Amino acid sequence: MLKIIARRVLVAIPTLFLVSLIVFGLQKLLPGDPLLTMAGEERNPEIIEFLREKYHLNDPFYLQYLYWLRDVLTGDFGNSLRTGVPVSTLIAQKLPVTIQLAVMAMILALLIGIPTGIMSAVKKGKAADYVANAVALSGVSIPNFWLGIIMIMIVSVQWRLLPASGYVPLTEDPVQSIRTMLMPSFVLATALAAYLMRHTRSAMLGVLSSDYIRTARAKGLLPRVVVLKHALRNALMPIITLTTLLFGELLAGAVLTEQVFTIPGFGKLMVDAVFTRDYAVVQGVVLCTAAGFILMNLLADILYILINPRLRHPQ
Amino acid sequence: MKKLMLSLLAGVAFSGAAFAQDFRIGLQEDPDVLDPHKARTFVGRIVFTSLCDKLIDVNASLEFVPQLATEWSWSNENKTLTFKLRDDVVFHDGTKFNAEAAKANLDRARTEPDSLRKSELASVDSVEVVDEYTIALHLKQPDATLLAQLSDRAGMMLSPAAFSGDVVTNPVCSGPYKFVSRVQNDRIVLEKFADYRDADEFHFDRLIFLPIPDSTVRLANLRAGDIDMLERLNPADAESVRADAGLNFLPVAGLGYQGLTINVGDNPRASGPINKDKRVRQALQLAIGRDIINEVVGHGLFEPAQQPFPPASPYNSEKFPLVQRDVEKAKALLKEAGHETVSFELTFGNNTTTSAIAELMQAMAKEAGFEISLKPMEFAAMQQEMKAGNHEVTQIGWSGRVDPDGNIHQFVTCEGALNDSKYCNPEVDRLLNAARVTPDVEERKKLYDEAQAILMDELPIIYIYHQPWPFVTSAKVSGFEPSPDGMVRLKGVKLEN
Repeated sequence: MLKIIARRVLVAIPTLFLVSLIVFGLQKLLPGDPLLTMAGEERNPEIIEFLREKYHLNDPFYLQYLYWLRDVLTGDFGNSLRTGVPVSTLIAQKLPVTIQLAVMAMILALLIGIPTGIMSAVKKGKAADYVANAVALSGVSIPNFWLGIIMIMIVSVQWRLLPASGYVPLTEDPVQSIRTMLMPSFVLATALAAYLMRHTRSAMLGVLSSDYIRTARAKGLLPRVVVLKHALRNALMPIITLTTLLFGELLAGAVLTEQVFTIPGFGKLMVDAVFTRDYAVVQGVVLCTAAGFILMNLLADILYILINPRLRHPQ
Repeated sequence: MKKLMLSLLAGVAFSGAAFAQDFRIGLQEDPDVLDPHKARTFVGRIVFTSLCDKLIDVNASLEFVPQLATEWSWSNENKTLTFKLRDDVVFHDGTKFNAEAAKANLDRARTEPDSLRKSELASVDSVEVVDEYTIALHLKQPDATLLAQLSDRAGMMLSPAAFSGDVVTNPVCSGPYKFVSRVQNDRIVLEKFADYRDADEFHFDRLIFLPIPDSTVRLANLRAGDIDMLERLNPADAESVRADAGLNFLPVAGLGYQGLTINVGDNPRASGPINKDKRVRQALQLAIGRDIINEVVGHGLFEPAQQPFPPASPYNSEKFPLVQRDVEKAKALLKEAGHETVSFELTFGNNTTTSAIAELMQAMAKEAGFEISLKPMEFAAMQQEMKAGNHEVTQIGWSGRVDPDGNIHQFVTCEGALNDSKYCNPEVDRLLNAARVTPDVEERKKLYDEAQAILMDELPIIYIYHQPWPFVTSAKVSGFEPSPDGMVRLKGVKLEN
């Protein structure tokens, strides 16, 4: 187990390096000059020159990258070109928000997706299956930003049940924090739940038609025990893969949902940074989400081992 | 036990009644750095208005009024500007405000390498402390724009004791509210400064600025009671806001404009008839109905603009009335210039309002014989192309300045930093440079009129409408007066519970 983790961490280093290089390169390909944004509406040429020197933007591409790399290796992610705030502070501010949103959305998605998937597999071809499929299809097809705005209109403006947008830290007021995050995580969860439902359904269908399930049924076990204890455990592998991958994606930020509900997470930070050509912020955030994604993959591997005893003793 | 609970509850209820009253303002963008000498965005100035007092302020008729300075006077042939300062001002850190502090600030704004105020204060040669509460600015040459600069970020005063700290993320000023915290893209929190001289007139204990970029969501937040005020309503929502008894709609024509910047310079992209021939530009102006744009896209908020100066400005001249749409005349002009049809590319920063305007102009101009192809672009990329002279016609605006110079000089003078038309006419340069050093309003207006007469004929920029600042507050808010500079001044503003 430790060996697997160690190997994974070692593999992560060149991956992160490559990611940072690609993102750095892509940013340089973008048209637009960060200094035109930074120098203000007046665009004073003197100040543009000063800033260009200060941020090494006159230097060739590889030198700029090396400057950045040197700072990162000493733990300095640089400052936001737009607000002067250190990138590490920004990440520390946004990370809890993004994680909270991701966790709440994932929990909701699992709570909705897996039971409906199981039900739909068990009741295959019946009315319940068709209804669940139709709902899943709309979950995937309805755009998040549209659903978000409609929910704000109904739940917040008409019924006044939940706050329309914003973010309250969990440490400040846990109840209010969960209330503000409820709608956005639900909106995010709709699509995720639909994926999970479809995958659970097909995995369960595969398992339910296998021989050992027929044997279990023949033994006279309760249908509930057959489905939940015998079948589900074996159907879990693809679901875990999907869940961890989806969670990794959530950690990269949910741009549209964050925008609609004005949640200060990674997605919004990143999009704003791209629009203002805030290179340091884009680099820092991408590095951080890439690390998150790698971590999620590692988690998936560990979970496989926990669920499937055959993997515990690799030959 | 029960008694204890009751008294506790009573205590909670009582403290609830006396508890801090918050005022929450929804902003369209997240402000940039919070150092007034290095800040660049319009939206940041809305925060500074409550955070940092200035030497002088402007009122709704664009006249200068006292703030940290009680009076000011020109002497030495308009080359010395003397300010008498208030003697009862302290900064948020308790440091006293006096002439030394004012000098330290002006010098910081003039000399810090990345100060964006340098060019605004370029005419200042030195700042002299006359006595504890008097400073004198000695100028290299007369500068009619200086008072306007000092009524904005260049005149904002930071505590000199805080210069060495991280001003960008923790500004220490002397305004009615002091800085508490900021989470980028989420909120900026200010709290009431108890030692402010007019503290009784500011009724909120905390101000919370919340950047909410989507205008539909911003409005939904206001309707749901999650914010108390918003700035820059989407004009498309104006009807429904007017009809909503729970909201107050407070639009005001701003200082800026939106218009068409035409590349008329000596560069490869400026080779079409629209770029080379002023008659074609005049025809385009005749083909575009500014009032139609106001009606269709602006819902009555886009006051048509003929000149760069805002309607509230004394420099807005009666000599240049609005050019009305006249398709026949436009066709005739095109014919005279030797064209049946003229095609060009119109670039614009992609958003719903600009693309609606671009499409409307495309349709209107087509009737006169213009074939416009539209090129929506991302804003930062568009800026760079314009600066490089790589555009034909671009739809872009300017947020506007109190002083007329700020709305015209940099755009049409040969060396102007914002001259994306690449227009150059020595006579225009001469007139606008002369206006810069002429403090007398009447004389200065004559110079601007002369320059405008040339520009109206050659049309390097066609002004379309004056940028409005549509504010909306909850009906519980009283006492708010919108100002043409788009700032939120909270003196006397109240919120019913």
